[in-house]
Amino acid sequence: MPQYHQFDALVVGAGGAGLMAALYASKGCNTAVISKLYPTRSHTGTAQGGISAALGNLEEDKWEWHAYDTIKGGDFLNDQDAVDIMCREAIGAVIDLEHMGLPFDRLPDGKISQRRFGGHTNNETKKAVMRACHAADRTGHMILQTLYQNCIKNDVKFFDEFQVVDLMIEDGKCNGVVAAHLATGEIHVFHSKATLIASGGFGKMWKVTSNAHSLTGDLPAAALRRGLPLEDMEFFQFHPTGVYKLGILLSEAARGEGAVFINDKGERFMERYMPTLKDLAPRDICSRYIYQEVREGRGIGGKDYVYLDFRPSEINKYFEADGNPKRIDAHYLETKLPDIIEFSRVYQGIDPIKEPVPIQPTAHYAMGGIPTDNDTRVLADETGKVVEGLYAAGEVACVSVHGANRLGTNSLVDLVVFGKIGGQKMAEYAKTASFRNVQKDVAAKEGLAELDHIRNNNGTERPGAIRKEMQVLMDDKVGVYRTGSGLEEAIDKIHELQARFKQIKIDDKGLKWNTDLMETWELGALLDLAEVTAFSALARTESRGGHFREDYPARDDANFLKHSMAWKNGAVKIKYKPVRITRIQPQERKY
Amino acid sequence: MKVHLKIKRFNPEVDKKPRWGEYDVEVEPTDRVLDALNEVKWNEDGTLAYRRSCAHGVCGSDAMRINGRNMLACKILMQDITTDGGTVTVEPILGLPVQKDLIVDMEPFFAHYRSVMPYLVNNDPLPANGRERLQSQADRERFDDTTKCILCAACTTSCPSFWARGEYVGPAAIVQAHRFIFDSRDQAAQERLEVLSEEDGVWRCRTVFNCTEACPRGIQVTKAIGEVKEVLRTGVIE
Repeated sequence: MPQYHQFDALVVGAGGAGLMAALYASKGCNTAVISKLYPTRSHTGTAQGGISAALGNLEEDKWEWHAYDTIKGGDFLNDQDAVDIMCREAIGAVIDLEHMGLPFDRLPDGKISQRRFGGHTNNETKKAVMRACHAADRTGHMILQTLYQNCIKNDVKFFDEFQVVDLMIEDGKCNGVVAAHLATGEIHVFHSKATLIASGGFGKMWKVTSNAHSLTGDLPAAALRRGLPLEDMEFFQFHPTGVYKLGILLSEAARGEGAVFINDKGERFMERYMPTLKDLAPRDICSRYIYQEVREGRGIGGKDYVYLDFRPSEINKYFEADGNPKRIDAHYLETKLPDIIEFSRVYQGIDPIKEPVPIQPTAHYAMGGIPTDNDTRVLADETGKVVEGLYAAGEVACVSVHGANRLGTNSLVDLVVFGKIGGQKMAEYAKTASFRNVQKDVAAKEGLAELDHIRNNNGTERPGAIRKEMQVLMDDKVGVYRTGSGLEEAIDKIHELQARFKQIKIDDKGLKWNTDLMETWELGALLDLAEVTAFSALARTESRGGHFREDYPARDDANFLKHSMAWKNGAVKIKYKPVRITRIQPQERKY
Repeated sequence: MKVHLKIKRFNPEVDKKPRWGEYDVEVEPTDRVLDALNEVKWNEDGTLAYRRSCAHGVCGSDAMRINGRNMLACKILMQDITTDGGTVTVEPILGLPVQKDLIVDMEPFFAHYRSVMPYLVNNDPLPANGRERLQSQADRERFDDTTKCILCAACTTSCPSFWARGEYVGPAAIVQAHRFIFDSRDQAAQERLEVLSEEDGVWRCRTVFNCTEACPRGIQVTKAIGEVKEVLRTGVIE
């Protein structure tokens, strides 16, 4: 018998978006947070470099510039009204975080310190602007800690280490979720008026990724299985500076502080491609040119990586060449970038103060996800029909503020701004809505059946082998460079892996802490998302932002200035909806 | 390289007491201990249970006792703790009830964390200009070290005083208290100090330094505890 709980508002996921939503929803209604991790383990905590807001603490800045940069960075696929909300509200959101206690780094006058980041510019001079507010290179850690602290202060109710396996959706309305309690294996039905999905990304489809083991797309997969579409799934960001082979992120803050890319010839190659912003061009562009250098034989030692060089002497040399009067030393870097310097030392055995660091692009961020309107309400189709009672915010959602490529720091902006809006909107909704009827046994049936199947199936396939094959396949065929034939191959192979997944066999038949079972359930979710990603990528016969088709290398606004919406009822079906363009007309993207 | 893993196993649905699981794995010298555990779980024995998430020392999920010392399994490389043909011992952290294999009940740890009011308290009106409160760089620097804490429990569960008495709030909770006591914006130092001056507060610290050695974030934990003791002695927060 499943256990039963009832709350006005439920939040699934306890990263930045989830905690922000929970804080604001709990001011207005009875709220609970469900998370498969302890909240402080959430992946927001690994965000490093900063959160942008046009505070103008060091130089002139305007939220309209932030919005323009975001749209240009997104290759004009962003919904511009949503971008305006994000960039305008970012200023108040950062101030709000400071008031909650976030220990931002400070300027000599006591204000919040800001630094440069890729693609953030003064729109008049076109030069990089200091917009990223930071706490050393652990800004995400401080956001996550601060929000969790404030949830404790405000007595928010948490169900930690509960993993959601199904959404309760009936007649186009959401009534809550079904979750497994990891410690006991018991099934719990969480009945709600409003449910907000804030479960984060799903980068574990790829092998080389900055994403945590837990980022497996459980909720977007559950939404797909309940007949809901996913938007813009072909747009996944490959961050240019992952630790070679491991994919661990080295923040763009390194380049914000002056680091540069260097090829085998010792050349600062970004200068050739993007003469104004150079190494601070947006991530999609840098990742593509890193691989172009590699393909043309200028990877280090002819291999598939280049260097990120942040030796102080080199940084100063390039400052001088750029006419920048700033000079830095080792102590400065150790203060500004302590964590990423330590990552190189621990995982690569390299001291970045003394040697250049081998890096390669790493699967990093989902621009696409669960479609929502500007109030974070989940959309059921391309016409804007709302799923009553269902909300989504943060990386899992697609508002769309990031378009085809997210600018650095904007993930944190997105999650605090839309997390807050989501919390407020749920509280408003819960005031007037009533609980819809739920029969807990019926509601839990399908989720439970899937878990029982995985636990008891006596097949021949091991989940570890299937996961590995999927990840290698996605790196090879659905990575930075894509082709029609490669994507068709990927789809065939994913179908084969899905068929093999039906013949799964796991070792752990128990109930308590059955991580074998839950990891395997997650693999099923990833396979569904991989299928949808590859299909969406195949259908988009143009190149835009994070989606680059070698067989269609140009952007094609006439045919593809539109968002994809993918459904999976057996086969994948793709539809499109227009991009909302308000102030800024698409133009050629040069930096 | 070839490594022999000795992992302390306990399945609450089968075992009456813990037992050792022994596995031979082939790993790269630069693999993390977490990679070796994954190797066992994905290829040999799926029943092995442990927490993990970010896999690069930031989320704090995988604190374990590795070769007798508390570490994050994702932040220690095989080459740093063993050689080809060597043995690596992995056990759950001590002092918290084991739920399964390497997974312990973290609730007592988080209860201590919550007991020190781990959040900023400031009842002054917010700045009238709608902007951030100002803080000098020196004031911000004062508590920088203790903001790094990821609540992994490596410190608390390496502390003999905590092993002897689970009611002791432990190093991690004191680190959290320190982070706010020394924040110039905070106004609840006295309330936190009252908790920490009680029987199970800072005076249970015997300055063994295990916590400082165990901290994967390099926080000077024992120093932070010492500074809290000093405030209690002198009544002055400097």
